[in-house]
Amino acid sequence: MVEWSDAEHSAISEVWGKLHIDEIGPQALGRLLIVYPWTQRYFGSFGDLSSAAAILGNPKVSSHGKVVLGALDKAVKNLENIKATYSNLSQLHCDKLNVDPDNFRLLADCLTIVVGIKLGASFSPQVQCTWQKLMAVVAAALSSRYF
Amino acid sequence: MSLTVQDISVVKAFWAKIASRSDDIGAEAFGRMLTVYPQTKTYFSHWADLSPGSASVKKHAKVIMGAIADAVAKIEDLPAALSQLSELHASKLRVDPANFKILAHNIIVTVAMLFPADFTPEVHVSLDKFLQNLAWCLAERYR
Repeated sequence: MVEWSDAEHSAISEVWGKLHIDEIGPQALGRLLIVYPWTQRYFGSFGDLSSAAAILGNPKVSSHGKVVLGALDKAVKNLENIKATYSNLSQLHCDKLNVDPDNFRLLADCLTIVVGIKLGASFSPQVQCTWQKLMAVVAAALSSRYF
Repeated sequence: MSLTVQDISVVKAFWAKIASRSDDIGAEAFGRMLTVYPQTKTYFSHWADLSPGSASVKKHAKVIMGAIADAVAKIEDLPAALSQLSELHASKLRVDPANFKILAHNIIVTVAMLFPADFTPEVHVSLDKFLQNLAWCLAERYR
């Protein structure tokens, strides 16, 4: 069972309140596909991913980025119960999509960087610490079907 | 994942841009590493003060950033450039190479925050590759 202190709860609320899912999602997914190009293997149907410009302008990438952040919103609203909240998503990613779980860590790192860019100085080391804990918990929940 | 001509040019240009804030970046990245990944503190247990703003942290961060700047200058031959440092890390410091990735991540988060407009995805991928190559060369002498 993951435990969240009051300080962690409020840090996450504060960060989440400053983010726009429609902006952050596409940016994070775009960076994933650019910085770690082997992740493109999971998006064969997305069309042109041949360059950074193509990826950043690709409407399917943008739309899927929003989907991913929408799912993260569920985690943020159910911090005490992320594993259960993500049970179906875990099944989808593990059993159907067969995503290598290391990719969750890569996307988490891209999200951290995009959030850092957005928040600037207010993304203090303590906030980064709490954010990365959330990322680790989400990644573990998504990978749970593998074990 | 070796560095292309483009990577080399992107890294050199970006590093030139951020050089004036090297001390701040180093201190911030190193401090974040110690805060967000507390297990990294084990390598510095001989310091009196491990808090992010401390004199020891700032001083050591300068050493690290100096070494990275040197590596950027000698980017065309990183193995040669890092040979002595690799020897030091392998035989004396014995830092688990997994930690190089951790520090790299925190350097990237820091430069992203301080240079949001310049840290484009293209710069991100080249810098990530450079730091990964640097880490690989640093671990070269380990076994």
